[in-house]
Amino acid sequence: MEVIRSGGAQAATLSEADKVAFRARQSRARDLLRGELEGEELEQHVRDSVITTTLDKATKWAQGNSIFPLTFGLACCSIEMMSLVGARMDISRFGGEAMRGTPRQSDLIILAGRVSMKMAPVVRRVYDQMLEPKYAIAMGACSSSMGVFNNYAIVPADKFMPVDVHIPGCPPRPEAVMYGILKLRKMIQDDPTMGWRDRYKAHGTEELPPAEDGARA
Amino acid sequence: MSDETPKPGGDPAAPAAGEAAGPSHREQDAPATAGERQAAPDIADLLGGEPGGPLTAVADPPADQSGPSAYRVQEQSIDFSAQLRQVATRDDAELLTINMGPHHPATHGVLRLLTTLEGEVVRDVKPIVGYLHTGIEKTAEDKAYWKAIPVIERMDYLAYYFNAMAYVGAVEDLLEVEVPKRAQYLRVIHLELNRIMSHLVWLGTTMLDLGAISIFWYAFRERETILDLFEYSSGQRMHTRYFQIGGVAEDIPAGWEQSLRRFLVEMPKRIDQYDAMLKRNEIVLRRLRHVGVLSAEQLQAWGVTGPLLRAAGVPWDLRKAMPSSSYEDFDFQIPVGTEGDNYDRYLVRVAEMRQSLRIIEQAIDGLPEGPWITEDRKVALPPRHELATSMEALIHHFKLVTEGMRVPAGEAYHAIEGPRGELGCFVRSDGSSKPARVHVRDPSFVNLQAFGDMARGEYIADMIATLACLDPLLGGIDR
Amino acid sequence: MPDGDALERLAHLVGAEQDGAVVATVVARGRAEIEVRPDAIGSALERLRHEGYTMLMSVHGVDYHPEERRLGVVYELLSMQLQDRVTVKVRVSAEDPHVPSVVADWPTADFHEREVFDMFGVVFDGHPDLRRILMPEDYIGHPQRRDFPIGGEPVIFTETERRNPGWWK
Repeated sequence: MEVIRSGGAQAATLSEADKVAFRARQSRARDLLRGELEGEELEQHVRDSVITTTLDKATKWAQGNSIFPLTFGLACCSIEMMSLVGARMDISRFGGEAMRGTPRQSDLIILAGRVSMKMAPVVRRVYDQMLEPKYAIAMGACSSSMGVFNNYAIVPADKFMPVDVHIPGCPPRPEAVMYGILKLRKMIQDDPTMGWRDRYKAHGTEELPPAEDGARA
Repeated sequence: MSDETPKPGGDPAAPAAGEAAGPSHREQDAPATAGERQAAPDIADLLGGEPGGPLTAVADPPADQSGPSAYRVQEQSIDFSAQLRQVATRDDAELLTINMGPHHPATHGVLRLLTTLEGEVVRDVKPIVGYLHTGIEKTAEDKAYWKAIPVIERMDYLAYYFNAMAYVGAVEDLLEVEVPKRAQYLRVIHLELNRIMSHLVWLGTTMLDLGAISIFWYAFRERETILDLFEYSSGQRMHTRYFQIGGVAEDIPAGWEQSLRRFLVEMPKRIDQYDAMLKRNEIVLRRLRHVGVLSAEQLQAWGVTGPLLRAAGVPWDLRKAMPSSSYEDFDFQIPVGTEGDNYDRYLVRVAEMRQSLRIIEQAIDGLPEGPWITEDRKVALPPRHELATSMEALIHHFKLVTEGMRVPAGEAYHAIEGPRGELGCFVRSDGSSKPARVHVRDPSFVNLQAFGDMARGEYIADMIATLACLDPLLGGIDR
Repeated sequence: MPDGDALERLAHLVGAEQDGAVVATVVARGRAEIEVRPDAIGSALERLRHEGYTMLMSVHGVDYHPEERRLGVVYELLSMQLQDRVTVKVRVSAEDPHVPSVVADWPTADFHEREVFDMFGVVFDGHPDLRRILMPEDYIGHPQRRDFPIGGEPVIFTETERRNPGWWK
């Protein structure tokens, strides 16, 4: 396997064309600051400038580092999620300490605990109330799969809502949950804005009010 | 409101076995109307004397969909007109029924409260549970006796050692197997550590509900220390599968005792810290004093046990009255309150934490040498080194791992004192290697029934505080 | 627990209330149990309350499936004065699972009886609000009976998932 390195000596010397372009950019920037750049030149400058792409990345970085989780503790995993908020495994280091009580203001739902048959429609309704972009983490074995209890009473979260990250464990250590949240953060920083129906090829799962005669649409 | 805080304990009110322990010597006269310690403000005065119209009970939110959907079926099946008691104070009072939960930041889990309000005063509360039902009891019927221990541990998810202890105790009653003394002491140490941990989480979340948010972090700091001890002895922070039938799974490792002693030295100072912040705090006093009062007779009619009953003045604690697992070897007190309000419940639980520290210290000082699990090879796995030399050990190991132990037919009910009250486990065996019925009598399930009486007549904010001091744990309620 | 003689005395007192109320008594391994006829449960519990067993700790159901009269309801009583427990059992068949409710005298039985109804199908006559408590309200079936299937999902491994695409539908 050969390794190609860009030589330091090569990078240090710029070609003549690069120098001319650089000087032109410099003078345009100076004119922009003086207010003397207008019309086509101005638009060209803005289009060429590096700021647009950096703004994208900055937005993604900000979105990834300011997740508002929803307080949705169901069972034992909720206690470990609470200790994630505690001082030892501080979720505030990653900007996630602002746990909201209402789904309207949050963008991450951490399903911490077992989802029973009675609770599943409630979870789904809460998830629907969240605004996009929204993410879901299934924490623990019970919400990811059936977990320890493979019986009539519970349902894995994948059956009724799309889940981005599954964290195994019963209950997962706070470090494990942290790792899952960091994975989610990386996912967000790659692409936060794609709607989840595209993400999960879930077109056709929209809920519509039932028709007049009570039949579901 | 006097500044005098009642002495929570200090009287060795523990009855020795054989003495009368009942509430006869503590005739607690209930206030005639529990919960009306202050007259609820007259709504008419607030409204300027205008009547609010005919009695209306808004049962369901207005349906914005034309037909019933699956979500609505559950709500409409509760028939309010028949079940709503006439709780209004005036003919023209306007009652509003709102739904708190199951997803609610203040309901300590997925509890749904149908609250009927008249203004800000709660007139009726109907708790609806079942949102966490996991079928644990039926799952346990499917597994061998010792493989059901992890399943049952996950019931009351803050008191996992207690769940395991109740179940293991019932099976040991059926097997009539004797638990070695060292195992009993280790069990007591872990149970009391779990009690402290459960009370710490209670303290943190209760103060979170009241608004003293920083206590949450202090309490969880201590909880991390205790979970470190659990991880040290068993490998897991929660749901440790440490208690086995016949003893404990493993002996404590080297160095555990030193960590525990360090914890025992630090913890009383930390509890003093909490007291310094909360005990004389005016806001805590105003929010918890004289709130949520229910007399001892009413509590006993509802079957309530645990810190709630002790705060009402009844010194009933199964660790003293009907001790199991060597609790009779230890000298400790039972904190008992006087009034039965939320503040007494708070004081009782904090004092219980201190008493638990005493128990742990005596247990670790007096820890006897010996085996940590029963020597009966039909019940407990033989140690690994024996498998190489002894044929019987190999056969026993094989039988235990594949089929499990056979328990003679019969039924047993074993009750212990959990952090919330009496935690009992009923096991029925039909002679095979799997239990035929496991039922756990969970204290939160029973205590929740008293909540309606406690909250009636209170403001809705007081109802939240009462719910917090009731310490419901939905995992145990729903199983 | 009351020993054999004390239990016989209690059973005699209970039987005196109503003829033929007591069906059996069992003392084994620290457990003292009186089995009564279903219609006599109210008077049996009251009699035991007079004897000092003032707290009803638990009401739970048991399914003795292959045996006849398969549904059992077990009442655990506690006496704080005597620091003692006694158990009362009632057995009904699945075809006629009616037991009079004791909620009027023992308010704590409210949630317990609803749970036994939900899980086993025992109907408590006289209960003010006998609804399902743990399962959804419109659920069909009584899950903790022995012949109810345990349910659950089949375990899906990666290779079976490839063989069953769209398994979640």
